[in-house]
Amino acid sequence: MNQVPDILRILPEVILTLAGVAVMMIEAVLHQNTSRRPLGWLAVGSVAAAFWASMAQFQMAPGTGFHGVVQTDSFSAFFHVLICGIVLVCCLIALDCMPERGENMGEFFALVLFGAVGMVLMSSAVELLLVFIALEISSISTYILAGFRKHSVKGPESSLKYFLLGSFATAFFLYGVALVFGATGTTNIREIAATLATTPMPAFPVIALAMMLIGIGFKVSAAPFQVWTPDVYEGAPSPVVALMSTAPKAAAFAVLLRLTYAVFPLLHVQWSSLLWLMAALSMTVGNLAALRQQNVKRMLAYSSIAHAGYLLVAFSAPSSEGIAAASFYAVAYAAMNVGIFAVVSHVGGYDDHLNSISDYRGVAYRSPLMGAVLAFFLISLIGIPFTGGFFGKFYVFAAALHAGAIWLAIIGLLNSGIAAYYYLRLLTTVYTRHAEDSAEPNIAPLSIPIVLALLLTVGSTLVLGIMPGRVLYAARWAASSVVPPTAAPTEIVVAPLQPAR
Amino acid sequence: MRNPYYWNYLPFMLQVLAAVAIASGMVLASWFVGRHRSSRVKLEAYECGMVAQGDARGRFSVRFYMVAMLFILFDVEAVFMMPWAVIYRQLPQLTGSRMFGFWEMLVYLGFVLVGFFYIVKKGILDWASDKADL
Repeated sequence: MNQVPDILRILPEVILTLAGVAVMMIEAVLHQNTSRRPLGWLAVGSVAAAFWASMAQFQMAPGTGFHGVVQTDSFSAFFHVLICGIVLVCCLIALDCMPERGENMGEFFALVLFGAVGMVLMSSAVELLLVFIALEISSISTYILAGFRKHSVKGPESSLKYFLLGSFATAFFLYGVALVFGATGTTNIREIAATLATTPMPAFPVIALAMMLIGIGFKVSAAPFQVWTPDVYEGAPSPVVALMSTAPKAAAFAVLLRLTYAVFPLLHVQWSSLLWLMAALSMTVGNLAALRQQNVKRMLAYSSIAHAGYLLVAFSAPSSEGIAAASFYAVAYAAMNVGIFAVVSHVGGYDDHLNSISDYRGVAYRSPLMGAVLAFFLISLIGIPFTGGFFGKFYVFAAALHAGAIWLAIIGLLNSGIAAYYYLRLLTTVYTRHAEDSAEPNIAPLSIPIVLALLLTVGSTLVLGIMPGRVLYAARWAASSVVPPTAAPTEIVVAPLQPAR
Repeated sequence: MRNPYYWNYLPFMLQVLAAVAIASGMVLASWFVGRHRSSRVKLEAYECGMVAQGDARGRFSVRFYMVAMLFILFDVEAVFMMPWAVIYRQLPQLTGSRMFGFWEMLVYLGFVLVGFFYIVKKGILDWASDKADL
């Protein structure tokens, strides 16, 4: 049927799984007082290998493997590459700020790798049961990672809240899958789409889709399912927050894109109005709540809710332009958000000894590099040109305007203005001279991993802001394998689009 | 209603409404009719009739829970072998390869074994020492 061996279709997953098992086993046999740092580098190396394997999947002939449960095409490869990149940088951040020994540090990297397996599998699974299993693999790892500082007060609280609410939300997703199976007799995405196209629309698929939207809305922390986000982000260690605010969200958005555009295109009226509401609510609630936050991680948690809202704006476009804009935004958001959490975890430390906005006063004078990088990411989060955040917002709002969702675009632009206030507040605090009488902020010296992490994130944010052509081409190519483009190419062509090959 | 089918559920809905109305009515009525005199003793946390003491957030050993959880884990993992064993003879025809089903189960068992090795090494099953910090 197809020439590609099945094992190559899941090569990144296989690499990550074997590396995770290896890290786990070495952690078990190592003596308690040995440094766990080599395990972290092993994790970094294996994620880099998985990244390479994902890049190779772009060249592979599109098709399914393992009796049609996984599908590798440009869309899955796009999200594979994105998630592997995020996980790579998060491992580097963890290597920088986490203690070298004790507290089972090796388990940390094993859990990150296992979680990454689930996240990448979510983007290539075309069988709803496999999507569910992948979702659970990624969720269970992040539940544990959220409470990794088990001797702190906030850590277990964060983990427990995330676990209880998260499993409740996945139950909704599973119920939706069951209803789809009841309506169509299959859980394979392509067969569901084919069955729905021929049968008259009963009420079941609508309810099923709503159920699945609840489950995924929780994972991407879109309002009104966002309540867990600030508490969980506050209690979780910063490298974990860098991971869970980007990678599982990217994976969940990949599932959402496939579900809405490829499986339920006929229900476009229903889901696009629901997602319209979710987008408007997420942007408004996230940005308004962020205005009043005193804790930096809580503020960034609300900012991530708002960014999930911006991304949902792209869903108002019925064409493949929406998918391309959403995919591009996922990359831009990941680059700047992982970057800002790299700074937060280096400045605040593993134990969050600097956590409120007032603690950040004078950070730029104590460590000019950290101050400058933080300023750069804040500017990108606002969406000022020459950063990835600008083009991300630009494509999303352009897609919404082309689809005629003018009001949603207006709400989004107003929200961008509100958001500028709290980002700039942190920025001015960082560059305010430190008060004479209080203690200077204590910032750890630079290490190789954090320099690498910052280089990667700053570099990709800059590249996305100055020459987004290649990534945009890849995003459009990814979109074309979910929905073949029907309309003529849109008029927004910023860079000459040459094939990345 | 256009669809008379839904009308079949009308008595059921009425029953549900009546049940909800009666239940909430009784609670609300006792709330309005009854007197509320709250004193210090009445508002204290009730702990089997004793005076409450200490913080609720103490740490305690979860060793028993770990053993129970591991039992369930390995139990479920063993259950997965059942359907495999039942259709083992048909696997060559189903998968189109003679030994594919066999090797797949071996891979699976390898992962189970890895997990077992891990918990032994971590000292979860070792009751005497507290290496695992439970």
